[in-house]
Amino acid sequence: MQDIGAGAPWRPSRRFALKLAGVVALALFLAWLGHNVAENMAQRGMHFSFDFLHDPFGVDISFHILPWQLGQSHGYALLVALVNTLFTAAIAILLASALGLLLGLMRLSGNPLASGASYAGIECVRNVPLLTQIIFLYIGALQLLPPARASIVLGPDIYLNVRGLFVPVPEWGWSWAVWPVAALSVLALLRAQWRQRVPAALLAAALATLFFAFAASWNRPVLRGFGFSGGWLLTPELLAVWIGVSVYVSAFIAEIVRSTIGGVAKGQREAAASLGLKWHQEMFLVILPQALRAMIPPLTNQYLNVVKATTLGAAVAFPEVVQVFARSIMNQTGRSVEIMLMILTIYVGLNLILASLMNAWNRRLEIPGR
Amino acid sequence: MKTMRLSFKALFGSWFNSLVTAVMLALLAWIVPQLWSWALSGATWIAQSKTGCAAGGACWAFVGAKLKLFLYGNYPAEQEWRVHLALAVVVASLAGCVLDERRKGRWLLMLMASVPVGAVLLAGGILGLVPVRTSEWGGLMLNLVLAFVAVLVSIPAGIALAFARLSKSRTISWAATVFIEFWRAVPLLAVLFMGVVMLPLFLPKGVSVDNLMRAMIVLVLFTSAYMAEVFRGALQDIPTGQTEAAAALGLRKPQVALLILLPQAMRIAVPGIVNIMVDLFKDTSLVSIVGLFDLTGVAAQSVKDPAWLGLSTEAYVFAAMLFFVWCLLMSLSGQLMERRLNSRFSGR
Repeated sequence: MQDIGAGAPWRPSRRFALKLAGVVALALFLAWLGHNVAENMAQRGMHFSFDFLHDPFGVDISFHILPWQLGQSHGYALLVALVNTLFTAAIAILLASALGLLLGLMRLSGNPLASGASYAGIECVRNVPLLTQIIFLYIGALQLLPPARASIVLGPDIYLNVRGLFVPVPEWGWSWAVWPVAALSVLALLRAQWRQRVPAALLAAALATLFFAFAASWNRPVLRGFGFSGGWLLTPELLAVWIGVSVYVSAFIAEIVRSTIGGVAKGQREAAASLGLKWHQEMFLVILPQALRAMIPPLTNQYLNVVKATTLGAAVAFPEVVQVFARSIMNQTGRSVEIMLMILTIYVGLNLILASLMNAWNRRLEIPGR
Repeated sequence: MKTMRLSFKALFGSWFNSLVTAVMLALLAWIVPQLWSWALSGATWIAQSKTGCAAGGACWAFVGAKLKLFLYGNYPAEQEWRVHLALAVVVASLAGCVLDERRKGRWLLMLMASVPVGAVLLAGGILGLVPVRTSEWGGLMLNLVLAFVAVLVSIPAGIALAFARLSKSRTISWAATVFIEFWRAVPLLAVLFMGVVMLPLFLPKGVSVDNLMRAMIVLVLFTSAYMAEVFRGALQDIPTGQTEAAAALGLRKPQVALLILLPQAMRIAVPGIVNIMVDLFKDTSLVSIVGLFDLTGVAAQSVKDPAWLGLSTEAYVFAAMLFFVWCLLMSLSGQLMERRLNSRFSGR
């Protein structure tokens, strides 16, 4: 901010006294809050300790990526829930980015049908609360799906029914199929000299994964009696949160895509056209790389929103951090202060980590010296 | 003829464009008739219970039967005039602020005063009004009450926080930054849980507040942090020359802030404030998870009526439509205000 008091007749001693008074008032206020908490906790016979983390958790977790058995500790249940939150956020960020890019490009295309449909869709999604959309998806759509015997077949070995989405998984589990891609992508993003070759590296990694995946034996979902066995079940709760959050955030990403692409200098487009580049070449080689630079700060905000929005899983009892920790475990143990402290720490930490990652990416893309 | 040729080119100019057009047409041909027959042609508008509704179409009779629940929650029917009166006071003072420029200050005061007046009207208990417990407030009314109070309180709070964050004193700036960044980093639902569970612990012995008040306090703090960032951006957008000129005229610090910076910042902040208002209005739906019956909450309540079981699609579609209309109203009036402000100051 500008220097307000350049010529103002303020004596330093008075300023110092005011400042001191402010600091003392703030300290007193915080102390008063702390005193109230201590007094109230003493009155209710509560004491501050994290022992409850070792006690067994008596509620089942319906969807988990880490192995989970009934009766494992509260602390481990929190870890399972945290991995669920991270997984949901990751797949929602992927889907939201893809959908947002598609909707944004549709909006920009000269085709009035495409841009009109995109505009209508974006406005409908943006002006209705995410919570309403998630609950509607869950109760109004996913629970009205047919039973297992009449499953909707979405592709080879992919079934959608009232119990969720059944997908095949490679026999050797997820670890080896996902880790090489993840490791290569992270490496590619981090190593400066690889930056030019990111698309190539990603493509190679994807091809390698596909090759191994097809060569491996698959654990396919098979209809037995009234249900499916085998495969991997994405529960309706996960689907509701995943699709709901992705669609909602994609509307905002589409607006970001639209405005940043519109912000790329017109001369760039004309230059690309005069070089004889096709529409897709112009878009992916000239416009998008430049727009990406302006996109990252607002995109960071949207990605942070995705992480926060996964908490709405609590509305449909999807086992993420707030549902498992702030509801189930809090109800069982009554340790409100400790649990709330941990939850707030987790989200502030996640926020800081994601924000600094995106900032690092932003710095990489910045034009040096500008 | 020319427009036809142009639109033909826009739709079928290249093979890719023709493909897009074909895909969009196919999608529309698939969705629109289904939507039409469900929502309008096959819908039932008048029925006594679910059995009277035709299968395959929407049962709007259910929404008609539950309309009061959607709008007022479980607020006593014979007291509904109080809700209308409170709404009228708010709308009148808002309209006054926008339309009657010359007495803007007076209308703003009235808007501020409408919070306590509205609270007395809705809660009752004095002046011969029948008391209505806040647990009976609900529906769209609750969303509006929460959003209105949170916006009105968070604007001055946000301005104060923004000035504090920009303060030259490190301590003050640091304290404001920590406060703002904390509230912006945590999910609203998590802090709502915190408010409902932990707020009583922060209060002195013997003082207790009900669930609605707890949610309100959390919403105010949460929104203030976002408002503060909007105002900070606006304050930083004001050219330094303004402050220097004011200082050269011999204005004191508070005078510079109140008379020079704030009026200009307000104008720059309008789009940001409107965005926050729309987001906040949507976010008030989260209170249904912590046990209040806002529009989303009453939608869940309405489908439990034995006479109307299993009509959740209608309930949520109607709730979504109400939200949609209000959000659209807010964005449109925000755009209107922005345009008026811009046209007035563009000649500067």
